[in-house]
Amino acid sequence: MSLPRPRNDRAAGSGSGIDLVQAERWGAFLAGGSLTLFGLTRRSLPGLGLAAAGGGLIARALLRTSGTAPASGTGVAVARSVTVNRPIAELYAYWRDLRNLPRIMDHLESVTLDDDRRSHWVAKAPLGTKVEWDAEIAEDRTNELISWRSIAGAEIPNRGSVRFDAAPVGRGSEVTVTLAYDPPAGAVGTAVAKLLGEEPDQQVREDLRRFKAVMEAGEAPTVDGQPSGRED
Amino acid sequence: MKAVCWRGPNNVQVETVPDPQILNPRDAVVKITSTAICGSDLHLYDGYIPALRGGDILGHEFMGEIVETGAEVKNLAVGDRVVVPFTIACGRCFFCERQLWSLCDNSNPHAAAAEKLYGFSGSGLFGYSQIYGGYAGGQAEYARVPFADVGPTKVPHGLTDEQVLFLTDVFPTGYMAVESAGIQPGDTVAVWGCGAVGLFAIVSAYLLGAERVIAIDRVPERLAMARDRAKAETIDYEETDDVVEALKQMTGGRGPDVCVDAVGLEAHGTSFTAKLDRVKHAARLTTDRPYALREAIQACRKGGVVSIPGVYGGFLDKIPFGAAFAKGLTFKMGQTHVHRYIGPLMERVQAAEVDPSFVITHSVPLDKAPEMYRTFREKEDGCIKVVLKP
Repeated sequence: MSLPRPRNDRAAGSGSGIDLVQAERWGAFLAGGSLTLFGLTRRSLPGLGLAAAGGGLIARALLRTSGTAPASGTGVAVARSVTVNRPIAELYAYWRDLRNLPRIMDHLESVTLDDDRRSHWVAKAPLGTKVEWDAEIAEDRTNELISWRSIAGAEIPNRGSVRFDAAPVGRGSEVTVTLAYDPPAGAVGTAVAKLLGEEPDQQVREDLRRFKAVMEAGEAPTVDGQPSGRED
Repeated sequence: MKAVCWRGPNNVQVETVPDPQILNPRDAVVKITSTAICGSDLHLYDGYIPALRGGDILGHEFMGEIVETGAEVKNLAVGDRVVVPFTIACGRCFFCERQLWSLCDNSNPHAAAAEKLYGFSGSGLFGYSQIYGGYAGGQAEYARVPFADVGPTKVPHGLTDEQVLFLTDVFPTGYMAVESAGIQPGDTVAVWGCGAVGLFAIVSAYLLGAERVIAIDRVPERLAMARDRAKAETIDYEETDDVVEALKQMTGGRGPDVCVDAVGLEAHGTSFTAKLDRVKHAARLTTDRPYALREAIQACRKGGVVSIPGVYGGFLDKIPFGAAFAKGLTFKMGQTHVHRYIGPLMERVQAAEVDPSFVITHSVPLDKAPEMYRTFREKEDGCIKVVLKP
């Protein structure tokens, strides 16, 4: 799973020659991988222990959610918070209209509503392909929480939630997003991994950063399309 | 259009690049009439700020005429003459609302990269590396200005470019250095570095009621300008055994009330630690040479304020933190909250309390930028401040 994000210039560091970003996580990931392989090739109890330790490192490299446990055993789960300098009601209303999500979630192409609870999601995948699924609102508590999940039969079962909490006085609202995917084995699983990028955690962070900028400043900052002395 | 592009350490070129476009509703495009080379551009030129890309357009001190506005920019019209803060700020986040504009949450599209380096990201800056957003700079014929509804400030009739250009950075930067230190009547202020920021710190200290200002440098033309134009007493540190002791004796044994490091990460010095810094710096073993900062800490009176408008980028060696603690010092630092000062300082210029154009030593066409970067870096030809005319 080593793949470029779909739109480079928005991603931190990518395409800009500054990879301050990924070395540490990759270090843990690679170390975890080699431990796991080494452990599995030993075919012994200590070997299994090594494999487990390696798996743990991989999980930490993937998840690194500040202590937040993944929602289930096998998939990828991330949770991230951001403070937004706007009232909760405004943030809740924006998010409750799921059609707004592609504006802040880079990997989404569109979300269309079937009715008040059901929606159809289209996500960008590598090489110009797409992944689509139907989802439903699982829980909706006005100004508190929205959660959604894919409907049975989706290629890639996934679910997510957003929670809104008041920050201390004068500091706006705290928004916490969780996303979880259960990628199946095989080609589709690989596609999901690509979809999520190398760092699902970083992707959610960027999504939240964009959400905050759109809510506070009315637009997300960009340098895509500005002049330079480069041919790009 | 023509623009000054960074091509690598010690290499800038004037190149033909595409004209800028409106990319967001709060953008404007400015046709640049005057732009300057900043001392902090020399850190880029020398290769000490990480994460520039070949072809990046430099420059963060610029002014000109609005030629296009985005749909959300209601307060500016085509033809307005404006000065543009070098810090890019949204005006609506927690930090902007508290006048901490250079800490804006929403203006750096590469915030994640800055977070990896510093834990958090400050605002975007024009022409100051990918870490600060990768925004195209203003040493060019045109520039796109994001959040133009809160940044660019209209220039009143009757003021020349030369009088108001430095409101974009160096005048507010020198001003904030002493204003944030809480200057009291009777204070003595010591200023390390008599480049443009140091000179404006001197001028601003007097505007705010300081009794005496003592300036420290080694370049004769800069010491002369500090003395003759900014009315500071001066110390040539190459002619002085011990600057800290000299300052102590000049202040009746107390030490200056406020010490300003207007030098930053590429300081020169004559002591052993200064030479060690230069060797390590040359070998890229350390990122910053904090010689002026060390002296400022050692010289400052008990309970005084050390204020740091000079730019630092990484890790500092051998900072006398024990002395700072023992003396109960206060530190003030950071990128300038230009938006906070640009209006009030414009009024002072209009009221003829100060004419910032005194720092200009060179005014040349934009095409001359490559040779002026060299001249400025080598401090040749009395060079203190270069204005480029696109």
